[in-house]
Amino acid sequence: MSDTTSNRPAAKVHSAAPISAAPLPKLPKLPKLPLASKLPRAQCVHPDGHQHLGSLLYDATLQFRDQLALIEMDRKKTRTRLTYDDVRKDALRLARRFEQLGLTSDDRVAVLMGNQPSWLITAMAVFLRGMTLVPLDPKLTPEEQGALLRHAKPKALIVEAYHWPKLKLAVERPSAHGQGLPDGMLPIVTEWMGPSPEGPFARWEDAADAVPPTLVTRGRDDIACIVYSSGTGGRPKGCMLAHGSYLTQLAALMELYPMTPSDRFFSVLPTNHAIDFLSGFVGPFASGATVVHQRTMRPEFLLDTLKTQRITQMAVVPMLLEAFERALDTQLSTAKPWQKKALDLLSNVNAALTEKTANHALSKWLIKPVHDGFGGHLKLMFAGGAFVDERRARRFYELGIPVVIGYGLTECTTVATLQDLAPFRADSVGKAVPRVEVKVHAPDVHGHGEVWIRGATVMKGYLDDPELTAETLVDDESGPDGKAMGSSKWLKTGDIGWLDAARHLHLVGRKKNMIVTAGGKNVYPEDLEIAFADVGAEDLVIFAEHFVWGKPTPSPDAGSALVAERLVVVARGPDWEALAKKIADVNRKQPEARRVHALVRAPAPFPRTASMKVKREELAKALAERVTREQIVAL
Amino acid sequence: MATDTAEGRTIISRLLDLAARHYDRPRASLGPEADLFKSLGIDSFQALDLLSRLEEEFRCEIPDYELQGITTFGGLAEVIARRA
Repeated sequence: MSDTTSNRPAAKVHSAAPISAAPLPKLPKLPKLPLASKLPRAQCVHPDGHQHLGSLLYDATLQFRDQLALIEMDRKKTRTRLTYDDVRKDALRLARRFEQLGLTSDDRVAVLMGNQPSWLITAMAVFLRGMTLVPLDPKLTPEEQGALLRHAKPKALIVEAYHWPKLKLAVERPSAHGQGLPDGMLPIVTEWMGPSPEGPFARWEDAADAVPPTLVTRGRDDIACIVYSSGTGGRPKGCMLAHGSYLTQLAALMELYPMTPSDRFFSVLPTNHAIDFLSGFVGPFASGATVVHQRTMRPEFLLDTLKTQRITQMAVVPMLLEAFERALDTQLSTAKPWQKKALDLLSNVNAALTEKTANHALSKWLIKPVHDGFGGHLKLMFAGGAFVDERRARRFYELGIPVVIGYGLTECTTVATLQDLAPFRADSVGKAVPRVEVKVHAPDVHGHGEVWIRGATVMKGYLDDPELTAETLVDDESGPDGKAMGSSKWLKTGDIGWLDAARHLHLVGRKKNMIVTAGGKNVYPEDLEIAFADVGAEDLVIFAEHFVWGKPTPSPDAGSALVAERLVVVARGPDWEALAKKIADVNRKQPEARRVHALVRAPAPFPRTASMKVKREELAKALAERVTREQIVAL
Repeated sequence: MATDTAEGRTIISRLLDLAARHYDRPRASLGPEADLFKSLGIDSFQALDLLSRLEEEFRCEIPDYELQGITTFGGLAEVIARRA
């Protein structure tokens, strides 16, 4: 089954027009952005004309040579401003340095840095030399970073001065069992102050000799990056992503949400993740837009930068969206009652007028005070992740800043489905993006099944793990169903979802968390948890009782509350009595099939991953140890 | 350890006072060795807000990256001692 959007032909060259440029009926003339009016209508560097990222980035830095490429903010001060010409020269210098330091085009180079210009320059230099980039998550612990480095075996590690001593200390500690760092790995450290330490060491900023670097060409099937999709515990999953995967994904994104040189993208999600790698690096470069970095994630400074740097687009995680909403509420709390009323009215008018397609200029004119709070230029926010709060996304949309919800995995170079804002929807994770097929495998009677993805964006496999690769990338078991695009393998996502009549994907939960009820029904705890989002719990999950406490011993008292398979809400909050009552109230209002049966008070905050997902298995183990079955209260 | 000196003890007690007040936790439930994320029930993103409060209280600048690898209030007090 191939998605309707997947066969859409790709435009060779975009004359990128912002979505706000649709004609408006009878509106006052709006002031233009100062930069946009002066710029020539530049064409992008289209990924279809390239075989690898090195040539695409190089061409972009030539074509947009006089444009501003990178701005780095401290808190409120600008640290760095680089044009595309500056970036090209710096990347060539670094590429030559790599060559001088003895790194060959077969080598892997890891990068461990927060978002900043040096990150992007490093990546570009790696691709110019035909090498493979291994981006690491700076949020992981040094021990976890060490484990991933040992797995990826890079020949060099480009690392921020702050991270290097910590990493070295952690891997050389006796408790690390002397595992150390990969043999012969050269650290190339940025912003290192003071004398060079003993052992292999190089400074990132050092000049190269006057010889131009040897540029190495790669093909679409060659591996560009190895991106780890999980780093915490268990086996490392190094997704091998080819140049062609990135180029294909980029072409799709540019088709849906083209950027222009007047756009300014605020790169706040970590660049080691494919989403920012595309939307906050390769995408803006191909379009001549400006990327803005900031060395802090504090909402007060981010909001300030939105304004001073005239940010037009950014990608956010649900948590950041929440922080922005708090900032918005603070702003509104100081407004007079009549202003609030007027704003409500205008929000509704705005939502009605822009129902078919978002119109930034119109929204900006209608709801100026709110737009000013977000800098006045923000046109779009991309929100990744399966469970973006629908109400919150809708609220921002009604205020004229559409939140574009998407879904994807590192295993398929980030985005598999994306909202197209035609019309705005917050109830799904969007439709399959161009050049990607999405299907629901073996759907049950409700149409629910595992989400499978196919296309050139799907990874080549997990590094050094053929077994896991074979489990994850499969041939279609249900027979031929349309021609394959680029890759004949389907990626099994492990996510359960369904497709509606408009071919929008809806996610209901993770396959491994699925609960089969006593009545033989499949339910997904993540799906049921949504109903309890507003009860005021600090932590809340739903478990099948047996999953935590094992099968109950058959009791002669068959009339007790213990039914064959109870769904138990586990929660924690400051005022337990009130919370428990609220949960019971919400539960009562649910349709029968979505109701839970019992409640347990969690003794401690839930264990969570770096990306704040609850570690369900760990939590279940802890609960089994600390809470007895007798403490479960029937609802 | 920052908590070994008189100055360090002042920092830690001011830090714990502020955390207890700001996150509405009983002061007695917090101590130098306590896990600051677990005892306040916050994640690393929410902890950035705590850093902003601490900057006001101690009149110093604490970059976000200083929070990396810190788990206890004592560890955080050492960062402040270094920067204040």
